Amino acid sequence: MVTFLARRLGLMVLTLWIISLIVFFAGQILPGDPGRAILGPFAAKSAVQVLDTQLGVNRPLLTRYLSWVSGLLHGNMGTSYSYRTAVEPFIRAALINSVKLALLAFVIVVPLGILGGVIAALNVGRAVDRIISVTGLSLSAMPEFVTGIVLIVVFGVELKVLPVTASAGAGAGDLTQFRHLILPAIPLVFILFGYIARMARAGTIEALNSDYARTAVLKGLPRVTVIRRHILRNSLLPTITVIATQTGYLIGGLVVVETLFNYQGIGNLIFKAATAKDFPMLEAGVLVIGVVYVLATLAADLLLIALNPRLRAGGQDG
Amino acid sequence: MAESHFLDEPGLPSPADPLGPLGPEAAAVAVTVAVPVMRGQTRWRLLLRRPTFGVGAGILLFWVICAIFGHAFAPDNPLAQQLLSANAAPSGSHWFGTDPLGRDVLSRVIVGARDILVITPLATVLGTIGGTALGLAMGYFGGAIDLIAGRLVEAVLAIPAVIIAFLFVVALGPSTTTLIIVIGLIFTPLIARTVRAAVLTERNLDYLSSARLLGENPVRIMFGEILPNVMPAILVEFTVRLGYAVFTVATLSFLGFGVQPPTPDWGADIAANYSGLLAGYWWQTLFPALAIASLVTAVNLITDAIEQVLNA
Amino acid sequence: MSSDPSTSEATGVPGIETTAPGPALEVSHMDIVYRVRGQDRLALRDVSFSIARGESYGLVGESGSGKSTVALALVRYLPRNGRVSAGTISINGQDPLSMGKSALRDLRMHTVSMVYQEPGRALNPSLRVGRQIAEVFELAGASSGEATQSAEDMLRKVQISDPGRVMRRYPHELSGGMAQRAVIAMALASSPSLLILDEPTTALDATVEAEVLDLVAALRHEFQTSVLFISHNLAVIAKMCDRVGVLYAGDLVEEGPARQVFDDPRHPYTVGLLRCIPRRGQRKDSDRLDTIPGFQPATGHTLKGCVFAPRCALAQDRCRESDPPFFEVGELRTSRCFFHDQAPDLPRATPVSVATLREHGAGEPLVVVEHLSKTFGGGVRALADIDLAIRQGETLGLVGESGSGKTTLARVLLGLTGPDPGAVVTLDGKPLSPDARRRPRETLRALQIVFQNPDSALNRRHTVRSLISRPLVRLAGLSGQALRDRLAELIASVRLEDRHLALRPGQLSGGLKQRVAIARAFGAGPEVVVCDEPTSALDVSVQAAILNLLADLQKAERVTYLFISHDLGLVRYLSDRIVVLYLGRVMEVGPAETVFAGPHHPYTEALFSAVPTLDGERPDRIRLQGEIPSAADPPSGCVFHTRCPRRLSTGVCESTEPPLLEGEPGHLTRCHIPLAELRIIQRNKSAPSQGGSL
Repeated sequence: MVTFLARRLGLMVLTLWIISLIVFFAGQILPGDPGRAILGPFAAKSAVQVLDTQLGVNRPLLTRYLSWVSGLLHGNMGTSYSYRTAVEPFIRAALINSVKLALLAFVIVVPLGILGGVIAALNVGRAVDRIISVTGLSLSAMPEFVTGIVLIVVFGVELKVLPVTASAGAGAGDLTQFRHLILPAIPLVFILFGYIARMARAGTIEALNSDYARTAVLKGLPRVTVIRRHILRNSLLPTITVIATQTGYLIGGLVVVETLFNYQGIGNLIFKAATAKDFPMLEAGVLVIGVVYVLATLAADLLLIALNPRLRAGGQDG
Repeated sequence: MAESHFLDEPGLPSPADPLGPLGPEAAAVAVTVAVPVMRGQTRWRLLLRRPTFGVGAGILLFWVICAIFGHAFAPDNPLAQQLLSANAAPSGSHWFGTDPLGRDVLSRVIVGARDILVITPLATVLGTIGGTALGLAMGYFGGAIDLIAGRLVEAVLAIPAVIIAFLFVVALGPSTTTLIIVIGLIFTPLIARTVRAAVLTERNLDYLSSARLLGENPVRIMFGEILPNVMPAILVEFTVRLGYAVFTVATLSFLGFGVQPPTPDWGADIAANYSGLLAGYWWQTLFPALAIASLVTAVNLITDAIEQVLNA
Repeated sequence: MSSDPSTSEATGVPGIETTAPGPALEVSHMDIVYRVRGQDRLALRDVSFSIARGESYGLVGESGSGKSTVALALVRYLPRNGRVSAGTISINGQDPLSMGKSALRDLRMHTVSMVYQEPGRALNPSLRVGRQIAEVFELAGASSGEATQSAEDMLRKVQISDPGRVMRRYPHELSGGMAQRAVIAMALASSPSLLILDEPTTALDATVEAEVLDLVAALRHEFQTSVLFISHNLAVIAKMCDRVGVLYAGDLVEEGPARQVFDDPRHPYTVGLLRCIPRRGQRKDSDRLDTIPGFQPATGHTLKGCVFAPRCALAQDRCRESDPPFFEVGELRTSRCFFHDQAPDLPRATPVSVATLREHGAGEPLVVVEHLSKTFGGGVRALADIDLAIRQGETLGLVGESGSGKTTLARVLLGLTGPDPGAVVTLDGKPLSPDARRRPRETLRALQIVFQNPDSALNRRHTVRSLISRPLVRLAGLSGQALRDRLAELIASVRLEDRHLALRPGQLSGGLKQRVAIARAFGAGPEVVVCDEPTSALDVSVQAAILNLLADLQKAERVTYLFISHDLGLVRYLSDRIVVLYLGRVMEVGPAETVFAGPHHPYTEALFSAVPTLDGERPDRIRLQGEIPSAADPPSGCVFHTRCPRRLSTGVCESTEPPLLEGEPGHLTRCHIPLAELRIIQRNKSAPSQGGSL
């Protein structure tokens, strides 16, 4: 058990290292002279060269990588080309914002998806099942920007019930912030609902067809008890752990949604940095996202172990 | 153990799962009740009979025709600007209205199918070939190869597709070829994950031991023995990714990294025109959006039908 | 413990104490159909039988006969597309088919319980065992504390020695035998009138099975429960049941008191089935097992007339035109055959004796194994210091339960797993590389295997032609006409036909698939063929044909077999010498007849006495206590000492591992008690008339 954890963490570190390599070297092969990017197209060439030397652009690749990594480990994420100040505070603020949005989306979609999947499984083959499955299918067929736009128009502009910008402005109360986040969360919910419902449905069907479900029914247990005590426990196990791996899709969705709603989250930050060729910001942002993803999968594995008795210690008793 | 569970994308119920929704007894009996074993031809016929497949294939076919012959039957030249009739609502002369530059929206929607229907299949094929080879190697060899390749796969999956796409586009310039390569590259680890999981379920079967006892070399075992058995999984994965590819291309175009103006493209057009919604020009956004949604839905329906048939 | 009258009154179910007459179960002219692709297919036809109070009734049949379907129908748990289309069922006077939902639940709660094949899967993996058993008591109205206490009491009743600890365990932490005991405890907790057992011990080891069967027999008397015992294993049914019904392709073809039916069968199918099973005294040198030609029709067939007619040597036109009714052939005995009086004289399908004489005396050692150990990760010692020789031309039977290491031994021999350093494995005097990938073609050609499960062993995407040709190409280097000729030869020798060549495994029956596997193994002309449970996955009637085939091929191709099986009857029939393994150690080696007849190692003794046979109840029933120890933590000294009924009181068995000693020429045992002494002890206990214990 301990060895397993140690190994798992070791693998995680390896993955993080590879991510850092990819991010760094991707940044290096991109065209563009940092000095020129900062000073603009009209600055003198000599000034650009001086700045470049100051930035350390001409040092060997390995040195630059190592200094970047050591900087990161000390919390120093570099200096933004666009803003000329430290990258770190931007990232921190943006991350917090994104977490709020993601959390809201999760809190809505997870129970909804599980409920939908379980209901579909309990009514396999009947109308309810088809409806839920097709609904999930259709909702996930709409790219986030499409859904977002439709929502903005319908709820924001026409009906004027919900705010169209996701940022409530500085100092806004929690409830106001929450209202502003509802619309942006919905496209994310739509995308994830189909997948979560499908997983829950598959898991529940498998549990329903299992031998232990048969045992429970043949004991004479009422249907509700069978479902609650025997089925759900086993069917939701794979579903819950899979949810954590949805982080990847969620983050991808964040980029689009945050841009559309002009929300200062990390997706938006990265996108803006990308278009502005602000490489330090871009690299730091992508790295942070990578770390979040890897941590999420680790959490998923730990959750799986915690919930599944078969994976906890122990072989067989005589 | 849970070692690489995060690498085993559960995605869809395994196509090799013989238990249909009726339960093990019924499945066992149903199979033995004088039903001929499925050959390829029988599966095709079952596929064609399913309504989901019919609808999906129909829509897809429609768009394919638009992609190939769109220029021929589109009412107007999608690039022709008629500034005097800019932002005109749908009417007899312009069924889908016009955009801010006076271009006919219907024509742009029809011709807009072309790029997306060129990029997505090619990219998906590229990703499938790469993903299959990688997944086979990871699943078969295991050990160090699986470990290292697995970390690489994870690392790539950790970075959002749009970011990877952006980096490539900036480096290589936006073009159809770039998009195909990028999306193919993004799909490779995704598909490798699924193929690897399918290979792992085959690993314990004795026919592989038999192959070893014949002195077969690894390549022959991977491609001659294992691959035919994981084909159903690959097929399903391919069609799922096809839908994602449409999604991704549309999103990339929306963000500005995909197809470049003035080429008609649904995502790009939405990006250009959605501010018009505030002014009430709903048709400029709605019709391209419906086009995207219909294409993705069509692919999803086909996927669903294939899955159902393979599970039967 | 038995039906409490007050409880019975509360639920309205007539209890045993009341004056309700009639059998515990009565099934009358029952038809069961499945709806497939819009059509109704008949799975069971006109089945009628009854079980009296306290009686044990066996339902025997091969796969596809419909026996499990009967069980599911009784508790109204048929799959969605199945239903009882005709006939009635009466359990304790009630009709489950017409009950409302809550009455049905009552029935399941109080009257009927079911135990089926895989105990590990029958229990919820996420709940502790104790919780699941207590659930039954809670349903009956007990409080949580009472229920837990009752659950623990139940576990004690099923002879689990530390019930408190087992209560807290999860199902995956229990061994097969223990889990099945827990399931039985759960089933009997409600004191049902009818207990249905569907292949309850098929997945268990022989010694564990014996204990569970004994347990069932004992509890049945204590709880006064009627039992419906479903199995494909005739010996188990003979041992456990008062009456038996034989199912064939959905028809009940014969019925009667178990002993009578098995000693004096009156239906051609029963006769044929019994002849397929090797009995004491039958040897491959002198007898071929009889077989039943043809195939059992698939479920849902629509044949006219007697179901068995296509395969019956006594069949006449009458049989094909009309359904035979039930004939009374004795007291409470029926047979569904027009010619039931001729049944015992059913002509054989396969001739008895074998033409050519087998040259006696096996040859020189062909495969020699020395100091073979295999330790898996986590310190699991699957094999410990094995020394073994397989002689040219012989069949060496390898016998052992789970954890014995027999499969590991086979895999090491073949090079599929590498042994611990220090092992020496030679073929014809030349050392074998531990990795099959490094062995030269000649070696690969010489050592082949037939696996247990043909579904796993044959690549389901390849055609039969491709499967059989591949070794010819790779190992024998054949091509062109030579390849085609050899292919034709092989097909003929395993009795397949040309038309099978284009098919894929999924389109073949179990027996045909195994023939393909055998053809593949023999293709390139091997010297040694490892047969790893080659017939375990097959039906009895098919098994006999495959065994005959293996015996014939051995004679024709002069190969050496390493025959691994848990079925002692088969081993006795086919083997020249026998090796008995326990926890990775050789316990006994010797000529087959000697090892079977005795004297033998205490473990062998117990193993043989545990296995039920049709040859009559053995007087010396040795029951081993406890479960097979884990290979990760084997007992000290002699690994068998924890369960050995002949353990010496001097303590030497706990402290020192005995060496493998040759007690008489060619017969070695690993026991502190010398073979001569064992002979005396064991002869005193065995019945005077029988020549041995099997």
